[in-house]
Amino acid sequence: MIRPDESFNLLEGEVRIPSGCAISAAISRTGKKFTGEGIINSMAPMHDRSNGLGGGFAAYGIYPDYKDYYAFHLFYDDNDCRFECEKFLSRHFDIVRSEIIPTRKMPEITDCPLIWRYFVYPEHNRLVASQLTADEFTARCVTRINAELKGAYVFSSGKNMGAFKAVGFPEDVGKFYKLDEYEAYLWTAHGRYPTNTPGWWGGAHPFALLNYSIVHNGEISSYDANRRFIEMFGYKCTLQTDTEVITYIADYLLRKQGLTLEETASVIAAPFWSTIERKSPEEQKKLKFLRTVYSSLLVTGPFSIVLGFEGGMMALNDRLKLRSMVVGEKDDMVYVASEEAAIRVMEPALDRLYAPAGGEPVIVKVKEGAF
Amino acid sequence: MKKIKNIDAGGLEFSELNAIIRESGDCVIENACGQRFIAAGMSYRDLKIHGTPGNALGAYLNGGSIEVFGNAQDAVGDTMNDGSIIIHGSIGDAAGYAMRGGEIYVKTDAGYRAGIHMKAYKEKVPVMVIGGRTGSFLGEYQAGGIIVVLGLTESERPIVGNFPCTGMHGGKMFLRSDCKNLIFPKQVNIKPTDKDDLKEIEQYVKKYCEIFRADYKSVMAGSFTVVTPDSKNPYKQMYVQN
Repeated sequence: MIRPDESFNLLEGEVRIPSGCAISAAISRTGKKFTGEGIINSMAPMHDRSNGLGGGFAAYGIYPDYKDYYAFHLFYDDNDCRFECEKFLSRHFDIVRSEIIPTRKMPEITDCPLIWRYFVYPEHNRLVASQLTADEFTARCVTRINAELKGAYVFSSGKNMGAFKAVGFPEDVGKFYKLDEYEAYLWTAHGRYPTNTPGWWGGAHPFALLNYSIVHNGEISSYDANRRFIEMFGYKCTLQTDTEVITYIADYLLRKQGLTLEETASVIAAPFWSTIERKSPEEQKKLKFLRTVYSSLLVTGPFSIVLGFEGGMMALNDRLKLRSMVVGEKDDMVYVASEEAAIRVMEPALDRLYAPAGGEPVIVKVKEGAF
Repeated sequence: MKKIKNIDAGGLEFSELNAIIRESGDCVIENACGQRFIAAGMSYRDLKIHGTPGNALGAYLNGGSIEVFGNAQDAVGDTMNDGSIIIHGSIGDAAGYAMRGGEIYVKTDAGYRAGIHMKAYKEKVPVMVIGGRTGSFLGEYQAGGIIVVLGLTESERPIVGNFPCTGMHGGKMFLRSDCKNLIFPKQVNIKPTDKDDLKEIEQYVKKYCEIFRADYKSVMAGSFTVVTPDSKNPYKQMYVQN
C-alpha cells in the first residue's frame, strides 16, 4: 500500500501534526567515494527530530557501471501494478537491467511495497518522434507514471544516483536498504516528522526528479502558490506533501530556465526588498529581475534544504532562518546538518564549523571530472 | 572536598543522561552528542560538559552553572531564571530565548535571534555576553535585560546581521561597533556610549575576559553603541488605536 487509503487521503492543510524533521549531508570535493555508514550514524543523535513516519537518503555516484542510463527506483502496490508499469516502461524505454532493490528484512520496517529498480534509456524512435531531449522525455514519463498509473510510483530517476526511502526512522531505513554497501561521493539524508500530511512511503524524503533531489526540514507556507505556478509547466504535485514542489522548482529553474544555483537560491529564498536596496546597482537589478519574474516561486515559511545534483549540492535556509542548519569542513569533506552533533558523529575534529545566514546558499561542487 | 561525578554520555539517550545528572551532585560530562534538555530546570550543581550538548541546554535553569568546552546548539537557556551558562565556543539559534535571570557567556559567535524576548523584573536582570558576532534578529522583542556583543571574531560580516532589535521595547543592548553599517528600526534609540553607560557593563565584560582570557583593556577601548527602546510605549498605534 504505497498510497494512503481513502480515510487518510487528506490534502495538505487538512490534517495537522506538530513538527520536527532532520537533515544531514556529506560530500567529498575530490570525488572520493564512501559508504552510507557515516550518514546513517549521523541521523542517530537527531533521532527525536523524527517520529518514525519517514526516512530516506540520496546517494550520488553509486551506479558507475550504468552511469549513462537513468536509474528508476519504483514502489509498487503489487505485481499487477508492476506488470502494468513495466509495459509502459518497455514501450518508452530500452531497459538494460531490471531487478528488485536488495533490502534487509527487519521488524522496524513494515508494510513494504514491492521495490524495484530499472536502468533505462528512452527508446530511440519514440525519443526522435517526441522531438524532446532525453531528460525532458524521461521527466515527462516519470510525471505520467506518478499521476496516471495507480499503485506505481517512481521515486528516483537520475543517472548514477539514487534515492532510497521508507516509512521508519532514518537509521533503520538506511539499514533496510543496505546503504553501507553503496559508495557515493555525496550522501544526503532525512528524518521525517510529518506536519500536515500522513506519513507514507512516497511521502518520505528525498524527493527526486532526474538528477535533482531534495531533503527538507520545514513547512512551506507558500505551497499552494508555488504548486499552482509550477503545475502550469507540466509538473504534477501528487504526493500530498509540500517538499515535492521544491524539487520541481529546482528542476524548472536549473534545467529548464538555465539559472545558476546562486540565482535559484535568490528566487526560492529571495532577499527582502529592504536588503536588496543596500546592494550594488548591478546586483539590485538582477535581484529585482529575479523577484519580479519568478515571484510565484518564492518559498516562504521555515525551511532548511539540501539540493543534490550531479557533481554537487546546495544547502539553503529560508531568508528568516527559521530552521537551524550548520556546515562543517574537514580536508576535502563538507558536511551539512540540522544539528552540529550530527556532523561531529561523521567527523569529530573539524577544520571549520559555521552557520550560514538565512538565504545564503552553501554550494559545494566536486572537482571537475572527479565524479 | 566535593565529589565530582564523571559521566560518559556516549550512546546515552537524553532522558537517561538527565536522570543520571539528577541523581548526582556536580558532574563532568564527557562525549555529549546532541542530548537535549541537559540540566533543564536545574537549581544547583556545577556541570562541565565536553562534546556537543543538544538543544535546549539549561532550559528553565534556576541556579548552578553549566560550562561547555565546545559549541552549543539551539535554544540554550530558554526561559532560564538564574545561574550561569558559559560556552567556550559558538552558540546556535535563539540563545537565551525569553530568559528572565542569570547570565550567559559565549566565547565566539551566536546564531539567529539571540536574546529573543529577554525580559526583566525588579532585581531579575538577565545578561548575555557574546564575544563574537551574531546572526539576524538579535534582541527581537527584547523586553528587558542586557545584551552585550563584542565582535572579537574576525570576519567580513557586520557585528550583527539584519533586523536587529525588531520589536524591542525594553532592556539594553551594547554593541562594540560604531554600527554605521546597520539598520535599526525606528522605535529604538542608538547612541555611542558614554562613561556612565559603560559602567553598566564593566563587570560583565571583565567576567568575559577572565573566563576566556581576553584583554579587558583593549576590549573596552573599542567604541561601543548602546541601543534602547525609544519610549515606554514605542509601538503605540502600530497594531491598535491606543
